[in-house]
Amino acid sequence: MISTVEAPAPVVQEDRLRDTWLRRQLVALVVGFAAVAVLPLFLGDQAQTVVVRTLIFAIMAVGWNIMSGIGGMFSFGHAAFFGIGAYTCAYLLADHGISPWISMVVGAVIAAVVGTLIAYACLRYRLAGAYFALATFAFAQLFLLLVQNLEVFNKTEGFNVPILSHDSWAMLQFKLGSPIYIWIPLTILALAVLGTIFYVRSRAGQFVRAVRDDETAAASLGINALKYRLIAVAASCALTAVAGVYYTQYYFYVGPEQAFGAAVSVEAIVPAVIGGIGTIWGPVIGAAVIGPLSELINDLLRSPPPFLEFLQGASGLDVIVYSVILIAIVIFLPKGIFGSIRERFRR
Amino acid sequence: MSVASAATASSESGRTAPRVSPGLAVGLTCVLMLTVIYFFGDQDQALITQAVVSGLLLGGVYALISVGLTLIFGVLGIVNFAQGAMLTMAMYIVYALSTTGLPVYAATIVAVPLMFVFGMIVQSTLLTKLTISGSHEGPLLVTLGLSLLIVNVLLMIFGGRPLSVEVPVEGTVSIFGSVASWPRVLAFIGAAIVAVALKLVLERTPLGLSIRAVASNSEGAKLVGVDVGRVYAFTFGIGAACVAVAGGLMTPFTSLTPSVGEQFTILAFVIVVLGGLGSVIGAVVGGLVIGLVQTVGAIYLPGTGSLILVFAVFILVLFLRPEGLYGVRR
Repeated sequence: MISTVEAPAPVVQEDRLRDTWLRRQLVALVVGFAAVAVLPLFLGDQAQTVVVRTLIFAIMAVGWNIMSGIGGMFSFGHAAFFGIGAYTCAYLLADHGISPWISMVVGAVIAAVVGTLIAYACLRYRLAGAYFALATFAFAQLFLLLVQNLEVFNKTEGFNVPILSHDSWAMLQFKLGSPIYIWIPLTILALAVLGTIFYVRSRAGQFVRAVRDDETAAASLGINALKYRLIAVAASCALTAVAGVYYTQYYFYVGPEQAFGAAVSVEAIVPAVIGGIGTIWGPVIGAAVIGPLSELINDLLRSPPPFLEFLQGASGLDVIVYSVILIAIVIFLPKGIFGSIRERFRR
Repeated sequence: MSVASAATASSESGRTAPRVSPGLAVGLTCVLMLTVIYFFGDQDQALITQAVVSGLLLGGVYALISVGLTLIFGVLGIVNFAQGAMLTMAMYIVYALSTTGLPVYAATIVAVPLMFVFGMIVQSTLLTKLTISGSHEGPLLVTLGLSLLIVNVLLMIFGGRPLSVEVPVEGTVSIFGSVASWPRVLAFIGAAIVAVALKLVLERTPLGLSIRAVASNSEGAKLVGVDVGRVYAFTFGIGAACVAVAGGLMTPFTSLTPSVGEQFTILAFVIVVLGGLGSVIGAVVGGLVIGLVQTVGAIYLPGTGSLILVFAVFILVLFLRPEGLYGVRR
């Protein structure tokens, strides 16, 4: 379990102090929101896709963090829930013409139910640590294989979203490069972070952290460990599914690998680890570091400075840098970028 | 017998009631299932025999990959996500050596010590600190990063184009009326030799004794003078050497791409959980079972469909018997 992560909210029960903490979080949220919201006014089309991809990463990472960081149940298969969202949207839209807004709700509910069932089964059979991670991983792989082999999901071909010729809020489609494409995931992310802030302060959040840190002690205080864990799982899976819905809607295409592939699970985990597991801002900061990184490296490779000439056209370097950062952070900054900075300031 | 339980086997056998050995139970289940498929399935019997033979040959290779993984888990407690990537790396080393004119099987013999040293370096530089601190997620994330690193370094060096090596032994051999190619038979024989050798090393040598001691109680082993860090490094090295053998033996019948090993990471986990994390025999039995499930299942569910059965088995085992066939509950 992730016992090294400190509780973000102060344990001091004095109202004045608690409010200061809350006010600081909300100010940070508003400032961050405003800063990203004006970005599309300065950015070109190419940079916009980077921002959108980063925001999708961030939503997934915030979702993953609720279950794995705050809840202490390390999921290695969040692709399952991302995929459920992505495929719900694709199936309902391409085959039935149903608006992605409805898919967001439907996908979130399905993912929450499936996630809760999986977690219930795992917890009931006392799978913990590595076994829990492997079980979630197996479920994600199973879903991938099912989708690849089922005719209703177009097997390995996936779905193309029908493209409209006009702007439509109902169908969540706008002209290429419209800032709305950034504002929607940004709003989802802001709501997710807001939800996390209030969640860690709430009884449910406090209880699940108590269970994470010491299950026996928490249970002896009368906390229903299973119940509060499943709440965390449901919230986490629902949010991840929303990210999946938006993915399909933005890229107009989804296939089995993009939705359920192991790489998707990794993309949910890595920003949270790099930013700081179990913290409110860690996943967001991690995504902000990782998201633009591969684009920067790819830019560098397209027109390298003279001393890096030999790297021109080499593929794979972006992931190499990304994986070296991942390894270095886990070894040298086990609490992630945000977690380590916060610790420095507390001393 | 599990690596961890080997040292304490005598005390355990005393209190457990006599029961059917897991190997026998699995064997009987397999025979029963095959009988049903032979006599009640509406498939050509020769087709099934062919599937069984290729399944067992495939399973031998799976077992070899999984043996390294299970050893690393049993001793170090590390979920090594880089196992498949290390397999790929070994295959590319063999490929690179074979382009200099070395025959594939000779190249494999050269690749094994290289991978052994690589494994030792990885463990001692990246993982030992995390292993000792007892973190579950840390090593998992580091090996995940390592796997991405290996795959993409290979991609940079060799490109994504599929490569293949020249096969020194051609032809097929007939087993029970079905055909099997020589490289696959050799891979199976090689896998069997390595499994036996590994078991002998674990049970008969001083190194094996210290590995088993560290696996069952690293604190205690340290107190009686075992260099735990060194044993960790050796164990990871042996795990890497196992995939090097597997990689070398598979190169003749596999088309090489940087991501070729990924599917084996997943399968190796299934096998290792099925056999019991940490159990060498479990990995061998699990490998053969999964090989059979995959090829015999493919008769009914073509394409990647038979893998669904593999994962169904995996999930079933996780829930019904999370410690696996030969595992000890942790």
